[in-house]
Amino acid sequence: MRIMGSALVAIAVLACGAPQEAEARDQIRVVGSSTVFPFATAVAEQFGRTTAFRTPVIESTGSGGGLKLFCGGVGLEHPDVTNASRAIKASEIESCARNGVTDIVEVRIGFDGIVIANSKSSGRVSLTKEQIFRALAKQVPIDGQLVPNPYRKWSDIDPSLPDAEIEVLGPPPTSGTRDAFVELAMEGGAEAVPMLAAKRKEDKKAFKGIAHAIREDGGYVEAGENDNLIVQKLEANPMALGIFGFSFLDQNADRIQGSLVEGVEPTFENIASGDYGVSRSLYFYVKKAHVGVVPGIVEYIAEFTSDKAAGEEGYLAEKGLIPLPDAERAEVRRQATGLVPLNRDVAASQ
Amino acid sequence: MTEGRADAVGIHDDEAARKRLRRRYAAERRFRAYGLGAIGIAMLALVVLLASVTRSGLPAFTQHELTLEIHYDAELLDPDGTRDPEVLGRADYAKPVRAALASLFPAVEGRRERRQLAGLVSKGAVFELRERVLAAPELVGTREPVRVPLSDEADQYLKGKIRTDLPESQRKVSDRQIAWIEDLRGRGLVHQVFNFRFLSSGDSREPELAGIWGAAVGSLLTLLVTLLLSFPVGVAAAVYLEEFAPRNRWTDLIEVNINNLAAVPSIVFGLLGLAVFLNFFGLPRSAPLVGGMVLALMTLPTVIIASRAAILSVPPSIREAALGVGASPLQVVVQHVLPLALPGILTGTIIGMARALGETAPLLMIGMVAFVVDVPDGPLAPATALPVQIFLWADSPEPAFREKTAAAIMVLLAFLIIMNLAAVLLRNRFERRW
Repeated sequence: MRIMGSALVAIAVLACGAPQEAEARDQIRVVGSSTVFPFATAVAEQFGRTTAFRTPVIESTGSGGGLKLFCGGVGLEHPDVTNASRAIKASEIESCARNGVTDIVEVRIGFDGIVIANSKSSGRVSLTKEQIFRALAKQVPIDGQLVPNPYRKWSDIDPSLPDAEIEVLGPPPTSGTRDAFVELAMEGGAEAVPMLAAKRKEDKKAFKGIAHAIREDGGYVEAGENDNLIVQKLEANPMALGIFGFSFLDQNADRIQGSLVEGVEPTFENIASGDYGVSRSLYFYVKKAHVGVVPGIVEYIAEFTSDKAAGEEGYLAEKGLIPLPDAERAEVRRQATGLVPLNRDVAASQ
Repeated sequence: MTEGRADAVGIHDDEAARKRLRRRYAAERRFRAYGLGAIGIAMLALVVLLASVTRSGLPAFTQHELTLEIHYDAELLDPDGTRDPEVLGRADYAKPVRAALASLFPAVEGRRERRQLAGLVSKGAVFELRERVLAAPELVGTREPVRVPLSDEADQYLKGKIRTDLPESQRKVSDRQIAWIEDLRGRGLVHQVFNFRFLSSGDSREPELAGIWGAAVGSLLTLLVTLLLSFPVGVAAAVYLEEFAPRNRWTDLIEVNINNLAAVPSIVFGLLGLAVFLNFFGLPRSAPLVGGMVLALMTLPTVIIASRAAILSVPPSIREAALGVGASPLQVVVQHVLPLALPGILTGTIIGMARALGETAPLLMIGMVAFVVDVPDGPLAPATALPVQIFLWADSPEPAFREKTAAAIMVLLAFLIIMNLAAVLLRNRFERRW
């Protein structure tokens, strides 16, 4: 009984000590995108091991979840930095402002290509964006009519494609990769259909509704957020295609191959040059109010945007990040380390 | 009577009876066979699981290292000769490593090739040299052979995990690098050693440096908090409900609620923790203290139910005898009922703790699914837990993390086996049969 009593006292002491700890924090807290996670963690580790600052703690919460935490307010219980695989939305800037988070520094770190890949044991596929749209959309236009997607096999869409069932493993709707894929590949493909392109002019919202809706009849399989799992499933099922970030293709090039989109192969060079059409920018956002309160934030930005990290031959490129062109990176670095806050109007128009 | 008996014998002795008997024996044998089969399937599944995890995880416990003749060039590391830790901390330790590699292969020239050569050695070599020099500044200006870890790609090649029959562009190790590795191996500079880093360091983005110790300490701290909270509270609740509480509608309601809580999905407790401990009480994110509190909420119903069952199984005669010789109700509970119920209570608690050890979902909500390099030094330091570490490694693109994932599963299983063994031992030690 006495032991129990002292245990309770110990817990009470711990609990009371906690808020004091929260008042002084000497460690950067980062939240956000699971796509940026592998890069941010590499920078954090390098930063922690080569400077006198403590290694930042990085949570993988997804872009949306990260921004929500980030916009929660100013104060040490809120994160200092959030990673995002898309630009911050106007609505998020507003919700930030409501909670007093006004000066946000945007740092663009590079690109991520979204690849459509299959197992090495079957042939390489070459697709156009329109074919991707026709294979994966919930509704497709046939003879001027929108009908539920009738295509079962790739060869139904185009006789030049393989005579195999359409089976694409991809991320669920909560994923930033899925958002980017839908926006870049599906929307791009829908625009290539004259009827939908006409629709886009008159009713943008209805067009997006059609272009963004992915079929739910088994042609598209939601395979979870774990890209490694998709890679393994592709190996087990050579007829299936998978959708994931370029770094997973890069690391598993001995087992899977990226499909050509509009005739362009997803390689480091093609994504960097912008020739490969399905790629997006990656960002992180810094809360300016925390600079000077939590030590090391400016140094962390400097490490992230340095040549040895985000440069063409930096360690992030080794991890699969497609770097910005040098001139652009220099400009980003100048603005970011100078803590130039995001211009609200520019962000709203994006 | 005699006729009746003759009839009875007839019923049990004729052909139909023997047939019935045979059928019943056969049914008996079949029933046993089904049971055996069920056990067999369960064992087979277990063996397959353990074998596949062990097979893919064992390589992670070894690591290839390269012996390099490092020259701690004073000119490079400490040009002013101050031996100031700050100067030494900022110095570039990649240069001595590159110089040592270059002296092994003097013929290598050109930026690209030098980069490839440097790619054989882990980035950790630089960190480790820095720590060595900071710990012993007198090393500056001297030479010594140092064993540094090879990079994950070189290590994977040496472990035979890289297919060399593929074209060079499709693998992470180039033909030149393979030639260098084979050359180094021929010179006896490459050693396969037990991977102490894996058992002693925190997480890392470099597979060859990543360790499980940070996550293990995080799990230990979390479980300690869980135990300190759920055990006393759970036992106290069980004792009151079983020994003192009147039987009425309220206690029935409480009982129903406890049984319901035991079946609530764990993520709900995580959400509760987020709302109450983080948002309301303002406790820090990612802290084992909060993780332990959330998991304590989750294990409490299990502990209460197990404790009540254990207390109930103590024969009433014990209580009556103690009361009969003048013990107070408190003395009855503390001196007689609890000691006798303890084995059952402990078993229930340990099983609850083992479940808590394997949880990730509630930890997600309170920020323990995170990349934490530093090994946590207290219940308020940011930490992660073993199952979370498995999840994070399984999601990493580098193929070398696959064996780390399996090895982390082995460590988690070892933890579970130790806890369950403790439960069995405690039960055998204290158990009383009636």
